[in-house]
Amino acid sequence: MNLETIKKYLKEYDGEEVALMEVCGSHTGAISKFGIPTLLSKKIRLISGPGCPVCVTPSAYIDRLIELCKEPDTCVATFGDLMRVPGSEKNLSLAKGEGGNVRMVYSPMELLTLAKENPTTNYIFAAVGFETTTPVYALLLESLIRENIKNVKLLTALKTMPAAINWLCASGAPITGFIAPGHVSVITGSDIFKPLADKYGIPFAVAGFQGEEILEALYGLVKCQGSGKVMNFYPKVVTAEGNTVAQKKVATYFEESSAVWRGMGAIEGSGLLLRKEYAEFDAGSADLNEDKKLNKACRCDQVLMGKISPTECPLFRKVCNPMNPQGACMVSEEGSCHQYLVNNRR
Amino acid sequence: MKITMAHGSGGRATGELIEQIFAKNFNNEVLDKMEDSAVVAGNKKIAVTTDSFVVDPIEFPGGDIGRLCVCGTVNDLLMRGAKPQYLTCGFILQEGADTEVIRRIVESMAETAREAGVQIVAGDTKVVEGNGGMYINTAGVGFVEEDVEISAQQCTPGDVVIISGNMGDHHATILGCRMGIENTIKSDNAPLNEMVNALLTNKIKVHTLRDITRGGLATVLKELAQTSKCTIRLKEDSIPVSPQVRDFCGLLGLEPYYMGNEGKMVAIVAKEDAAKALELIRSSRYGQDAAIIGEVTDEEAGELWMETAIGGIRSLEILQGEGLPRIC
Repeated sequence: MNLETIKKYLKEYDGEEVALMEVCGSHTGAISKFGIPTLLSKKIRLISGPGCPVCVTPSAYIDRLIELCKEPDTCVATFGDLMRVPGSEKNLSLAKGEGGNVRMVYSPMELLTLAKENPTTNYIFAAVGFETTTPVYALLLESLIRENIKNVKLLTALKTMPAAINWLCASGAPITGFIAPGHVSVITGSDIFKPLADKYGIPFAVAGFQGEEILEALYGLVKCQGSGKVMNFYPKVVTAEGNTVAQKKVATYFEESSAVWRGMGAIEGSGLLLRKEYAEFDAGSADLNEDKKLNKACRCDQVLMGKISPTECPLFRKVCNPMNPQGACMVSEEGSCHQYLVNNRR
Repeated sequence: MKITMAHGSGGRATGELIEQIFAKNFNNEVLDKMEDSAVVAGNKKIAVTTDSFVVDPIEFPGGDIGRLCVCGTVNDLLMRGAKPQYLTCGFILQEGADTEVIRRIVESMAETAREAGVQIVAGDTKVVEGNGGMYINTAGVGFVEEDVEISAQQCTPGDVVIISGNMGDHHATILGCRMGIENTIKSDNAPLNEMVNALLTNKIKVHTLRDITRGGLATVLKELAQTSKCTIRLKEDSIPVSPQVRDFCGLLGLEPYYMGNEGKMVAIVAKEDAAKALELIRSSRYGQDAAIIGEVTDEEAGELWMETAIGGIRSLEILQGEGLPRIC
């Protein structure tokens, strides 16, 4: 359908109020970047979901990384956006300033070279991520085993989407449709959302990250309100069954587990842990459940569940900003609070 | 030869370094006197500025720290409508710096100073411990004609926003070098004398000029909107970005509007002069990709709004967080 027709429909929509959640942080970013909220009728509300892996990592996990980076002959390797995520008292960036050995990498595969060059250093990779990132960790493990590298372990905080979406729907979050995560769907396939769509009778639309693609998905969701339909608006990279090779690799090394989501608590079946036979590569990932708030007034939990907009948090912009994040949603560029602030969304 | 602490001693090694590299390249009648300070002629309003350069790497595609440290200071003078006259330079060299590299940097500075029509009239060298790097500080003086009044406070509703070329080239160049990403993007570092002179000599009603350096276009324009208490509205698809930089940004999740440049300026000019101003900038050196990208309105104080390619309105903030350190 032509873009102008879609835009006209979405701007002039005057039916029942709809509340659509974009689960994925990259969609939150794209929605801001293309100015999409200004193209929608007041009856279409967008809610930013818990789909930023950094934002949902509990404080106990950060605290454990901080302990590890201060152990002798130990180096914590991480993606950059985890550096400023608050633990219960401080973040990795501060721990590094205090002499902790923390190294930022762009790809987990850099660990292979680092570990070989520094055989007396024990590397701990901060393996955070959703279905999209986990296959890379599987590849890393495969290489570690093949090359008999013994000085790399993973501290995992791996999450999977379907159980979390189920939890949101069951908890009464006011959502009438989901923009399903595009990158996750590349791996899982769009069919993974079918049981949820059926169970709750709400539509799912897999979307790409261009403005037109997001508008198409929104149009599909508004048109199909009340139906348990799964639509794929990202067919150039997403299939119904997904990337089965990646799925098999992940299943080889990881198994389903309960996982703690920052602000939301433990959700059964929403995480992955290393299988017992690969326990030697695990730096103690299970039971990192504590989730302390740095600032008691922080309302990241309600933001992540779509119950309030970031601007409704009393700390937003004043005490909490990207230079001084109080909650994880302000840290990552994919976090909803960060996105609302840098794009002046109201 | 490598720099040692002796080169910063003020003794013989310092003298040789100055004589063989600095004085040889920067020679002019003021500097050649080798006095404690430069005494120069002047009887007009003067503009004064200073900037320090810590870019890493010091040599990069399209430029180097030498060209950069002249352009940066010259452009800052130009942005107040001044005619740049004199520069000073302070070198802080790290032990182990290669004198051949220093020679290349100094030659590049001298050539850029000639291009920008300025004389380097005073200088200093220090050596510190380290591993072969270098920092340069330059200060500059320019003359301002009595009737020229260009400032960040003068954006006026109705004015037109012009930028002098593609966004993001310098930032992408430096980031590409640091991350080892193969590409053919070149830094835009350049002195903008010709285009500013063209605007001034043709009596264009220029209200504000700003070079679009660290923080990028969005940061510069948001600050102008705040200082001038106005709204600036942009059209995203009119903002020039080269295809390669656009793809580079896409790959790394960056936005060209937040990327630093070292040879680009924004000119806020009265509407009736906009077409002529654009033509003058486009026909000047380094201005061939100039474009009108938006307008100043009286809607709200301190707002920067951009109409996106699909017609949405996005509010732009100043750059939050760290950006890319050591870009200049």
